[in-house]
Amino acid sequence: MPLQPTITESIQHPDWSQDQVFMIELRQQMIKFATLQLSDQHLAEDAVQDALIGALKNQQTFTRQSALKTWVFAILKHKIIDLIRSNSRLVSGSSLQINDDEDDLVEVWDQPFNSRGHWHLSEQPTPWQQPADSLAMDQFWLIFETCLNALPAQYSKAYMMREFVGLTTQEICLQTNNSENSLNVLLYRARMKLRKCLQENWFDKGA
Amino acid sequence: MLNCKKNTELLSEAQDRKLNLAETVRLKVHTTMCSACRVFDKQLQQLQGFSNDFINERHTPKE
Repeated sequence: MPLQPTITESIQHPDWSQDQVFMIELRQQMIKFATLQLSDQHLAEDAVQDALIGALKNQQTFTRQSALKTWVFAILKHKIIDLIRSNSRLVSGSSLQINDDEDDLVEVWDQPFNSRGHWHLSEQPTPWQQPADSLAMDQFWLIFETCLNALPAQYSKAYMMREFVGLTTQEICLQTNNSENSLNVLLYRARMKLRKCLQENWFDKGA
Repeated sequence: MLNCKKNTELLSEAQDRKLNLAETVRLKVHTTMCSACRVFDKQLQQLQGFSNDFINERHTPKE
Protein backbone atom coordinates (compact mmCIF):
# COMPACT_ATOMS: atom_id res chain seq x y z
CA MET A 1 0.00 0.00 0.00
CA PRO A 2 1.51 3.41 -0.99
CA LEU A 3 2.09 5.68 1.97
CA GLN A 4 1.63 9.45 1.93
CA PRO A 5 5.03 11.21 1.81
CA THR A 6 3.83 13.49 4.63
CA ILE A 7 3.42 10.62 7.05
CA THR A 8 6.44 8.54 6.17
CA GLU A 9 9.88 9.74 7.02
CA SER A 10 10.12 10.23 3.25
CA ILE A 11 13.61 8.75 2.97
CA GLN A 12 13.80 6.04 0.34
CA HIS A 13 16.90 4.07 1.22
CA PRO A 14 18.20 5.12 4.61
CA ASP A 15 21.12 3.46 6.31
CA TRP A 16 19.72 2.88 9.77
CA SER A 17 22.96 1.44 11.09
CA GLN A 18 24.38 4.98 10.90
CA ASP A 19 21.77 6.21 13.38
CA GLN A 20 23.65 5.34 16.53
CA VAL A 21 20.98 6.36 19.04
CA PHE A 22 18.39 4.24 17.23
CA MET A 23 20.74 1.25 17.00
CA ILE A 24 21.81 1.40 20.65
CA GLU A 25 18.20 1.63 21.83
CA LEU A 26 17.11 -1.15 19.50
CA ARG A 27 19.90 -3.44 20.70
CA GLN A 28 19.07 -2.76 24.34
CA GLN A 29 15.39 -3.54 23.79
CA MET A 30 16.28 -6.76 21.99
CA ILE A 31 18.67 -7.90 24.71
CA LYS A 32 16.05 -7.22 27.37
CA PHE A 33 13.49 -9.24 25.44
CA ALA A 34 15.88 -12.12 24.72
CA THR A 35 17.29 -12.28 28.25
CA LEU A 36 13.79 -12.48 29.69
CA GLN A 37 13.03 -15.45 27.47
CA LEU A 38 16.34 -17.27 27.70
CA SER A 39 17.42 -16.48 31.29
CA ASP A 40 20.99 -16.35 29.94
CA GLN A 41 22.71 -13.08 29.15
CA HIS A 42 25.39 -14.49 26.84
CA LEU A 43 22.99 -16.60 24.85
CA ALA A 44 20.69 -13.59 24.59
CA GLU A 45 23.48 -11.35 23.31
CA ASP A 46 24.50 -13.94 20.71
CA ALA A 47 20.91 -14.29 19.50
CA VAL A 48 20.55 -10.51 19.27
CA GLN A 49 23.81 -10.19 17.36
CA ASP A 50 22.72 -12.83 14.82
CA ALA A 51 19.31 -11.20 14.39
CA LEU A 52 20.80 -7.73 13.90
CA ILE A 53 23.32 -8.90 11.33
CA GLY A 54 20.59 -10.72 9.41
CA ALA A 55 18.28 -7.73 9.46
CA LEU A 56 20.88 -5.11 8.55
CA LYS A 57 21.78 -7.04 5.39
CA ASN A 58 18.28 -6.18 4.18
CA GLN A 59 17.90 -2.81 5.81
CA GLN A 60 17.57 -0.89 2.54
CA THR A 61 14.12 -2.41 2.08
CA PHE A 62 12.83 -0.65 5.18
CA THR A 63 11.82 2.94 4.70
CA ARG A 64 10.72 3.41 8.28
CA GLN A 65 12.53 2.60 11.50
CA SER A 66 9.42 0.97 12.96
CA ALA A 67 9.35 -1.49 10.05
CA LEU A 68 13.00 -2.45 10.54
CA LYS A 69 12.40 -2.83 14.25
CA THR A 70 9.42 -5.11 13.71
CA TRP A 71 11.39 -7.20 11.26
CA VAL A 72 14.45 -7.54 13.48
CA PHE A 73 12.26 -8.59 16.41
CA ALA A 74 10.55 -11.20 14.25
CA ILE A 75 13.96 -12.70 13.41
CA LEU A 76 14.97 -12.60 17.07
CA LYS A 77 11.76 -14.33 18.16
CA HIS A 78 12.39 -17.21 15.81
CA LYS A 79 15.92 -17.59 17.14
CA ILE A 80 14.56 -17.65 20.70
CA ILE A 81 11.93 -20.24 19.80
CA ASP A 82 14.61 -22.49 18.27
CA LEU A 83 16.83 -22.11 21.33
CA ILE A 84 14.04 -22.83 23.83
CA ARG A 85 12.77 -25.83 21.90
CA SER A 86 16.25 -27.31 21.53
CA ASN A 87 17.33 -26.71 25.10
CA SER A 88 14.75 -26.99 27.88
CA ARG A 89 17.41 -26.19 30.52
CA LEU A 90 17.12 -22.58 29.44
CA VAL A 91 13.88 -22.27 31.31
CA SER A 92 14.33 -22.18 35.05
CA GLY A 93 11.39 -23.05 37.27
CA SER A 94 12.00 -20.34 39.81
CA SER A 95 11.37 -17.62 37.26
CA LEU A 96 7.74 -18.60 36.94
CA GLN A 97 6.70 -18.43 40.58
CA ILE A 98 3.66 -16.36 41.41
CA ASN A 99 4.60 -13.39 43.52
CA ASP A 100 1.56 -12.55 45.59
CA ASP A 101 3.25 -9.65 47.32
CA GLU A 102 3.06 -7.58 44.24
CA ASP A 103 1.67 -4.16 44.97
CA ASP A 104 -0.81 -3.88 42.16
CA LEU A 105 -1.98 -7.47 42.33
CA VAL A 106 -5.38 -6.95 43.93
CA GLU A 107 -5.94 -3.81 41.97
CA VAL A 108 -5.64 -5.34 38.54
CA TRP A 109 -7.72 -8.50 38.55
CA ASP A 110 -10.17 -7.74 41.28
CA GLN A 111 -10.77 -4.19 40.28
CA PRO A 112 -13.05 -4.89 37.29
CA PHE A 113 -15.28 -7.04 39.50
CA ASN A 114 -17.39 -6.15 42.54
CA SER A 115 -17.48 -8.19 45.74
CA ARG A 116 -19.92 -10.65 44.20
CA GLY A 117 -17.59 -11.18 41.25
CA HIS A 118 -19.68 -9.29 38.71
CA TRP A 119 -18.29 -6.61 36.38
CA HIS A 120 -18.37 -3.08 37.74
CA LEU A 121 -20.56 -1.09 35.37
CA SER A 122 -17.67 1.16 34.35
CA GLU A 123 -15.41 -1.85 33.77
CA GLN A 124 -17.67 -3.85 31.49
CA PRO A 125 -15.74 -4.73 28.34
CA THR A 126 -16.68 -2.85 25.18
CA PRO A 127 -15.94 -4.22 21.68
CA TRP A 128 -12.49 -3.57 20.20
CA GLN A 129 -12.18 -2.21 16.68
CA GLN A 130 -9.19 -3.52 14.73
CA PRO A 131 -6.70 -0.82 13.62
CA ALA A 132 -7.85 0.60 10.32
CA ASP A 133 -4.74 0.66 8.12
CA SER A 134 -1.10 -0.35 8.07
CA LEU A 135 0.13 2.91 9.60
CA ALA A 136 -2.30 2.54 12.51
CA MET A 137 -1.20 -1.06 12.73
CA ASP A 138 2.47 -0.01 13.09
CA GLN A 139 1.49 2.28 15.94
CA PHE A 140 -0.64 -0.44 17.47
CA TRP A 141 2.32 -2.85 17.52
CA LEU A 142 4.42 -0.31 19.38
CA ILE A 143 1.69 -0.04 22.04
CA PHE A 144 1.32 -3.83 22.11
CA GLU A 145 5.04 -4.23 22.67
CA THR A 146 5.07 -1.57 25.38
CA CYS A 147 2.20 -3.33 27.18
CA LEU A 148 4.04 -6.63 26.89
CA ASN A 149 7.21 -5.09 28.33
CA ALA A 150 5.19 -3.60 31.18
CA LEU A 151 4.08 -7.04 32.40
CA PRO A 152 5.86 -8.42 35.48
CA ALA A 153 8.62 -10.72 34.23
CA GLN A 154 7.05 -14.01 35.31
CA TYR A 155 3.74 -13.12 33.61
CA SER A 156 5.30 -12.10 30.33
CA LYS A 157 7.51 -15.17 30.35
CA ALA A 158 4.55 -17.50 30.89
CA TYR A 159 2.51 -15.61 28.31
CA MET A 160 5.25 -15.59 25.68
CA MET A 161 6.02 -19.29 26.14
CA ARG A 162 2.36 -20.04 25.63
CA GLU A 163 1.40 -17.58 22.88
CA PHE A 164 4.69 -16.81 21.10
CA VAL A 165 6.66 -20.01 21.45
CA GLY A 166 3.41 -21.97 21.18
CA LEU A 167 4.14 -24.51 23.91
CA THR A 168 1.18 -26.29 25.50
CA THR A 169 0.52 -25.67 29.20
CA GLN A 170 1.66 -29.24 29.92
CA GLU A 171 4.98 -28.58 28.17
CA ILE A 172 5.45 -25.33 30.09
CA CYS A 173 4.62 -27.02 33.41
CA LEU A 174 7.06 -29.80 32.67
CA GLN A 175 9.87 -27.45 31.72
CA THR A 176 9.30 -24.98 34.54
CA ASN A 177 8.30 -27.39 37.30
CA ASN A 178 5.05 -25.50 37.84
CA SER A 179 1.63 -26.89 38.65
CA GLU A 180 -1.02 -26.42 35.99
CA ASN A 181 -3.10 -24.41 38.46
CA SER A 182 -0.40 -21.83 39.09
CA LEU A 183 0.36 -21.57 35.38
CA ASN A 184 -3.34 -20.95 34.71
CA VAL A 185 -3.27 -18.14 37.27
CA LEU A 186 -0.17 -16.60 35.64
CA LEU A 187 -1.70 -16.75 32.17
CA TYR A 188 -5.01 -15.31 33.39
CA ARG A 189 -3.27 -12.41 35.11
CA ALA A 190 -1.06 -11.77 32.09
CA ARG A 191 -4.12 -11.64 29.81
CA MET A 192 -6.03 -9.37 32.20
CA LYS A 193 -3.09 -6.97 32.43
CA LEU A 194 -2.44 -6.95 28.69
CA ARG A 195 -6.13 -6.42 28.01
CA LYS A 196 -6.31 -3.52 30.45
CA CYS A 197 -3.15 -1.93 29.06
CA LEU A 198 -4.36 -2.14 25.45
CA GLN A 199 -7.78 -0.86 26.51
CA GLU A 200 -6.37 2.22 28.23
CA ASN A 201 -3.54 3.02 25.83
CA TRP A 202 -5.11 2.18 22.51
CA PHE A 203 -8.80 1.33 22.33
CA ASP A 204 -10.00 4.02 24.78
CA LYS A 205 -8.15 6.60 22.69
CA GLY A 206 -10.31 5.77 19.70
CA ALA A 207 -7.24 5.10 17.56
CA MET B 1 -24.09 -20.29 38.69
CA LEU B 2 -20.67 -18.84 37.91
CA ASN B 3 -20.03 -15.18 38.59
CA CYS B 4 -18.25 -13.08 35.95
CA LYS B 5 -14.86 -13.30 37.66
CA LYS B 6 -14.91 -17.11 37.73
CA ASN B 7 -16.29 -17.15 34.21
CA THR B 8 -13.43 -15.00 32.88
CA GLU B 9 -10.95 -17.36 34.53
CA LEU B 10 -12.60 -20.28 32.79
CA LEU B 11 -12.64 -18.40 29.46
CA SER B 12 -8.90 -17.88 29.84
CA GLU B 13 -8.31 -21.56 30.61
CA ALA B 14 -10.40 -22.55 27.61
CA GLN B 15 -7.62 -21.05 25.47
CA ASP B 16 -5.11 -23.44 26.99
CA ARG B 17 -6.89 -26.73 27.56
CA LYS B 18 -10.04 -28.63 26.66
CA LEU B 19 -12.62 -27.93 29.35
CA ASN B 20 -14.60 -30.85 30.74
CA LEU B 21 -18.31 -31.17 30.08
CA ALA B 22 -19.47 -29.62 33.38
CA GLU B 23 -17.13 -26.64 32.91
CA THR B 24 -18.24 -26.19 29.32
CA VAL B 25 -21.91 -26.17 30.30
CA ARG B 26 -21.39 -23.67 33.12
CA LEU B 27 -19.31 -21.43 30.87
CA LYS B 28 -21.81 -21.56 28.02
CA VAL B 29 -24.80 -20.85 30.29
CA HIS B 30 -23.13 -17.81 31.80
CA THR B 31 -21.60 -16.44 28.62
CA THR B 32 -24.85 -16.78 26.68
CA MET B 33 -26.67 -14.65 29.23
CA CYS B 34 -23.91 -12.13 29.97
CA SER B 35 -23.09 -9.63 27.23
CA ALA B 36 -20.04 -8.25 29.09
CA CYS B 37 -18.49 -11.71 29.26
CA ARG B 38 -19.27 -12.28 25.58
CA VAL B 39 -17.31 -9.14 24.71
CA PHE B 40 -14.53 -10.26 27.06
CA ASP B 41 -14.38 -13.65 25.34
CA LYS B 42 -14.10 -11.95 21.96
CA GLN B 43 -11.31 -9.72 23.32
CA LEU B 44 -9.40 -12.78 24.57
CA GLN B 45 -9.58 -14.22 21.08
CA GLN B 46 -8.42 -10.91 19.59
CA LEU B 47 -5.55 -10.83 22.09
CA GLN B 48 -4.52 -14.29 20.95
CA GLY B 49 -4.78 -13.14 17.33
CA PHE B 50 -2.58 -10.10 18.02
CA SER B 51 -0.01 -12.35 19.68
CA ASN B 52 -0.02 -14.72 16.69
CA ASP B 53 0.41 -11.84 14.27
CA PHE B 54 3.13 -10.33 16.42
CA ILE B 55 5.19 -13.51 16.19
CA ASN B 56 4.23 -14.67 12.71
CA GLU B 57 5.51 -11.64 10.86
CA ARG B 58 2.20 -10.86 9.27
CA HIS B 59 2.78 -7.24 10.19
CA THR B 60 6.25 -7.05 8.69
CA PRO B 61 6.61 -5.03 5.49
CA LYS B 62 5.60 -6.66 2.25
CA GLU B 63 8.04 -5.15 -0.20
